[in-house]
Amino acid sequence: MTRRLLIGFGIVAFGVLAIPVASQTRSAAANTKTAAQPYTPPRTPDGQPDLQGFWTNSIYTPLERPKNVTKEFYTPEEAAEMEKRAAERESAEPAAGTVADVHYDEAQFGLNRSQATFARTLRTSLIVDPPDGRMPPLTAEAQKRFADLAAARKRMGAPFDRVQNMDIDDRCLIMAGTAPPMLSPGYMSNYQIVQAPGYVMILVERIHDARIIPLDGRPHPPDNVRQWIGSSRGHWEGKTLVVESRNFNSKRPGVGDWQLAGLAFRGASQDMRVTEWFTRVDADTILYRFTVEDEKTWARPWTAELPMVKLQPQGPLFEHACHEGNYGLVNTLAGARLEEKKAAEDAAKKQPK
Amino acid sequence: MSPRFARLTMIAAGLLVAVTTVIGQAPAPGSPTRQPSGGGTYHAPRTGDGKPNLNGIWQALNTANWDIEAHAAAPGLITELGASIAVPGGLGVVEGEIPYKPEALAKKKANYTDRLKLDPENKCYLPGVPRGTYMPFPFQILQSQKHIMIVHEFAGAVRTIYMENQTPAPADSWMGWSNGRWDGETLVVDTTGFNDQTWFDRAGNFHSDALHVVERFTARSADTLMYDVTIEDPNVFTRPWKMTMPLYRRVEKNAQLMEFRCVEFVEDLLYGHLRKQPK
Repeated sequence: MTRRLLIGFGIVAFGVLAIPVASQTRSAAANTKTAAQPYTPPRTPDGQPDLQGFWTNSIYTPLERPKNVTKEFYTPEEAAEMEKRAAERESAEPAAGTVADVHYDEAQFGLNRSQATFARTLRTSLIVDPPDGRMPPLTAEAQKRFADLAAARKRMGAPFDRVQNMDIDDRCLIMAGTAPPMLSPGYMSNYQIVQAPGYVMILVERIHDARIIPLDGRPHPPDNVRQWIGSSRGHWEGKTLVVESRNFNSKRPGVGDWQLAGLAFRGASQDMRVTEWFTRVDADTILYRFTVEDEKTWARPWTAELPMVKLQPQGPLFEHACHEGNYGLVNTLAGARLEEKKAAEDAAKKQPK
Repeated sequence: MSPRFARLTMIAAGLLVAVTTVIGQAPAPGSPTRQPSGGGTYHAPRTGDGKPNLNGIWQALNTANWDIEAHAAAPGLITELGASIAVPGGLGVVEGEIPYKPEALAKKKANYTDRLKLDPENKCYLPGVPRGTYMPFPFQILQSQKHIMIVHEFAGAVRTIYMENQTPAPADSWMGWSNGRWDGETLVVDTTGFNDQTWFDRAGNFHSDALHVVERFTARSADTLMYDVTIEDPNVFTRPWKMTMPLYRRVEKNAQLMEFRCVEFVEDLLYGHLRKQPK
């Protein structure tokens, strides 16, 4: 059992408790629609609108609208049916003895979304703009970049030839979808927000990624300074926290490097800019909206919106020492080498003597 | 104050008195709050909720990460890196000697001998407490009423210090489980629930999973803190012992924690032997 599983186990304790609460509480879609209603968030001692607490953006609604859906919103009944089907798919067991059957037992460890607090919306996609709920078409430049990167990827060899060929989440580098913008990484989609004078800190539970966002209007670092989570600068517009991020590197899957199986952003270049809006619309909900801009990849920006809902109960988050307990990575690579050895031995046996 | 909180506080206070008594620094009954070593009567600015304001980006300026005990300069372990990786000398941050049990001292010496292979810092593992505080990287304190966060640049290590809803450590971890309280001008952080995987420095000083750390952060001027640490680990040491050092504010106008996502830098070190070999 890996450390990751052990850490996940901690979630079960409050995940199970959370089910009745989650099923009774608001549809976040309702919250989306009540954003215009006057809700005045409490203030921190230094006067910031208070976003603090433990939140989740775990959600069944897909980023892009399914191709067979043509409307922007489901009815509550349709949304519930969509969630039910998605939860069934999520907990379905692959056929025993197949490669697909080698996986975390997520249900046992309370990692399925339906086992803990999750966010809900009546929207049929998280993308709200373009209005068709789908990402804008790729530019010709982006298509060429994808082709070049796919070719480069092929030259690097098979996925398990060396650690650098493996996915960045398996390597415990960063969860591609968690920051910024922040989308659910599947399980443990949990966040802790702490506000100190002049700063908002958002702790992403997965790989304990702390986004420290200064609010003093300072400039971004020089353009040559590139980071996995970029550089974020924030300011308040009324009760909304606006965060602008740039200075990304090109190593996140789907953010411009050769790993095209992007979890979130499907190949933006490292010159991507992200703007995020955090608005507390009621005691239990932050409406989270973001816009991604990258002329090199899309002819127009695109925008998504989803609720972040309060975890029930309120934390705590446990240390996700992903790298330190990454036995899975060692075993994967060692297993690949063993298979090669066995294949070579089998081939040698077949050689005529 | 909830009964549970009150009980925890009493236990923590009792423990502190016990610890300070052992090391001979217990305050006389009724005396004012013990002054931190090197501290004066500095009164820190207050946060919006009236607590000493320790917010900021801080860094130690000493050689404790090489060796918390006094040591002369020494060559490094990588010949090719010459002077750039050599060890700077230092007078140490430990009060007196580290009271190792005999068998633990033998292990410390073995750790030192084999430090190139064993030091968890080389593997980009979470640095533990208090090592993270005095590594040659800044860390940031973010103070709210319920939680005080300490975020380290090294490996992006994070500590949540619970100022409310305090519980015993629910599980072992690398950075431990921290409960905090204010003692006048001082933030007192009581941390348990460690694993036995972290070291105190590059010289092989170590602990077991019975480690109990009590840290005292006290502002001594606008831009310096005193950092006093009491280490207790009955599996490894014969008695509690102390480290003391100042911490300095990073006063650059644009000071910020940079990303030091070192996992990427150690992949060949940790997994290079599992690469597919060319035929």
